[in-house]
Amino acid sequence: MASALSSVRAEVSKSASSPSIPQGERYRTLEFEYRASPDQRAAEPARHPVVVVGAGPVGLSLAIDLAQRGVRTLVLDNDCKLSTGSRAICFAKRTLEIFDRLGCGDPMVAKGVSWSRGRVYFGGDAIYSFDLLPEAGHERPAFINLQQYYVEGMLADRAAELDNLEIRWCNTVSGVEQADDAVLLRVDTPDGPYALRADYVAACDGSRSAMRSLLGLETQGRVFRDRFLIADVQMHAPDFPAERRFWFDPPFHPRQSVLLHKQADDMWRVDFQLGWDADPVEERKPERIAPRVQALLDSIGAGATPFTIGWASVYTFACMRMASFRHGRVLFAGDAAHGVSPFGARGANSGVQDAENLAWKLAAIARGDIDASAADALLDSYAREREHAADENILNSTRSTDFITPKSMVSRLFRDAVLDLSREFPFARRLVNSGRLSVPATLDGSPLNTPDVTGDSFDTPLRPGAAAADAPLLCNGERRWLLRECGRGFTLLAFGAAPAWAATLPLSTVAIDGVALCDSDGLAAARYAAQPGTAYLIRPDLHICARWRAPNEAAIRAALERACGRAPC
Amino acid sequence: MLITTPHLDAPDDFYEALIDAHRDLGDEQSQQLNARLVLLLANHIGDLAVLKEALAAARRTMRTPTPEPTSEG
Repeated sequence: MASALSSVRAEVSKSASSPSIPQGERYRTLEFEYRASPDQRAAEPARHPVVVVGAGPVGLSLAIDLAQRGVRTLVLDNDCKLSTGSRAICFAKRTLEIFDRLGCGDPMVAKGVSWSRGRVYFGGDAIYSFDLLPEAGHERPAFINLQQYYVEGMLADRAAELDNLEIRWCNTVSGVEQADDAVLLRVDTPDGPYALRADYVAACDGSRSAMRSLLGLETQGRVFRDRFLIADVQMHAPDFPAERRFWFDPPFHPRQSVLLHKQADDMWRVDFQLGWDADPVEERKPERIAPRVQALLDSIGAGATPFTIGWASVYTFACMRMASFRHGRVLFAGDAAHGVSPFGARGANSGVQDAENLAWKLAAIARGDIDASAADALLDSYAREREHAADENILNSTRSTDFITPKSMVSRLFRDAVLDLSREFPFARRLVNSGRLSVPATLDGSPLNTPDVTGDSFDTPLRPGAAAADAPLLCNGERRWLLRECGRGFTLLAFGAAPAWAATLPLSTVAIDGVALCDSDGLAAARYAAQPGTAYLIRPDLHICARWRAPNEAAIRAALERACGRAPC
Repeated sequence: MLITTPHLDAPDDFYEALIDAHRDLGDEQSQQLNARLVLLLANHIGDLAVLKEALAAARRTMRTPTPEPTSEG
């Protein structure tokens, strides 16, 4: 296995260091080599603590996270390439904060196009714009746009640095069997099938998940009868703003919607609503796409800009999810578990957040930190928390879709009335829905949350279950970021000196004491509604699970126990 | 004074409920529903000056601008 692992790593680093091929081109064309593993000749199925099925953004994020937490992780992928075409392009602030923890946020942000402004057009007019991150004091922007092959390539580069992470390309899972103490996998390879025994399997194998079908499971929800064309347009237009531009009923594409995004490498993403009757094969042809793009460019006064059409796809979508994300020792994450419309960028972003939620829980179990009943509770909490998040994503994405593509005369009437009123009246702009862009779900109702102590009050949305917010800090005159200061495990965020007993707890402490670490702009205290002595308990996935005005050791120990699946009786 | 700045507690929830209220209704029935809705909300507002402002704003922002109706024209 060691030899297979090192050769995969050599493959990645060899391609990563080729100076003559541009990075994007390299990731787009990269082929990972299939290597036989000694597992394929083993007399008994080899046992692995965690097998991740699928090497997309979700599977790779999960595998890196697990490996960083000391869990030997095996990834199986049925292909040997990164994403074909740009596909998911909008990566949200929260996802970037997770990528930072995985060790690959910096290259992604450096390569991606940062943006926070969306502009909405109706008919021929710009009716309003919105800023998704209107306040300063965050390390990461609201969003970056970056082609999926870059994200996957940078995750694969990072994965290759980890000794306890192995990716087997051209390894297709063709059979799944659950036993009491393991999952048995049958895996097909160019050298024939072999068997594996996994303590846990994470199914991150996408919307057409083979794991889901092999287990006879379904996703349920709403299928939308509409077709959309997406295309990558190569065009040097440095003066165009890096904004998300959305047109309702534009003169150049009447009665439909159009979306424009800027990506890395002078690549632009266009998304044209086509209607259900469009021919998906015809519409994908460059000669059909070019006039649509030309009309768009003409309308924004850029008609003379030369462009070429690259990857294109005609898609339909459904808003759906599996009834449960946990089936025994198999956990579903990302598109395998849930699907949304693309409006709102809630697909890949929510998938990476699934991975972040699952990684620390699986790691605690795999490392044997917790007993069997807590393990069971923790895996159930993964399913419950991320099903809740999926419901929120599906709700938002369904509403956006209903606004963008009205299904009845009266809903079109109201939609158009909202758009007309929004030119003049601010209230109507709140109702315009061209996509409610991805923000992390607050895990309200999670059994891992400790409710506030009676009498404690906090004027902030950062309640137990919320994703921890970033803030700028100063350490010896140097800039630090609150989220980067958090440990890999649990973190006690203390406003004031760290209590002496904190050192005896199994967590790291970030003490904003005004001496070693200063809240120079007062933003941390403002965001966390902190008073001297206030403390927050932050989970390994950077969600808040408890907070106190006057913390004590027993309360924090109890909150830690609860957050690890050992609920008080 | 008519409030035209954001004032809804949960704009997206309201909009969904509004569209849902029309589910399975024909165009004629939808018009009936809208008429009832306007009257109910008008009664809730009560203040005639505010209502007149709303009526004028609604008329003024129509897609094909229409002159203000004259009284007893």
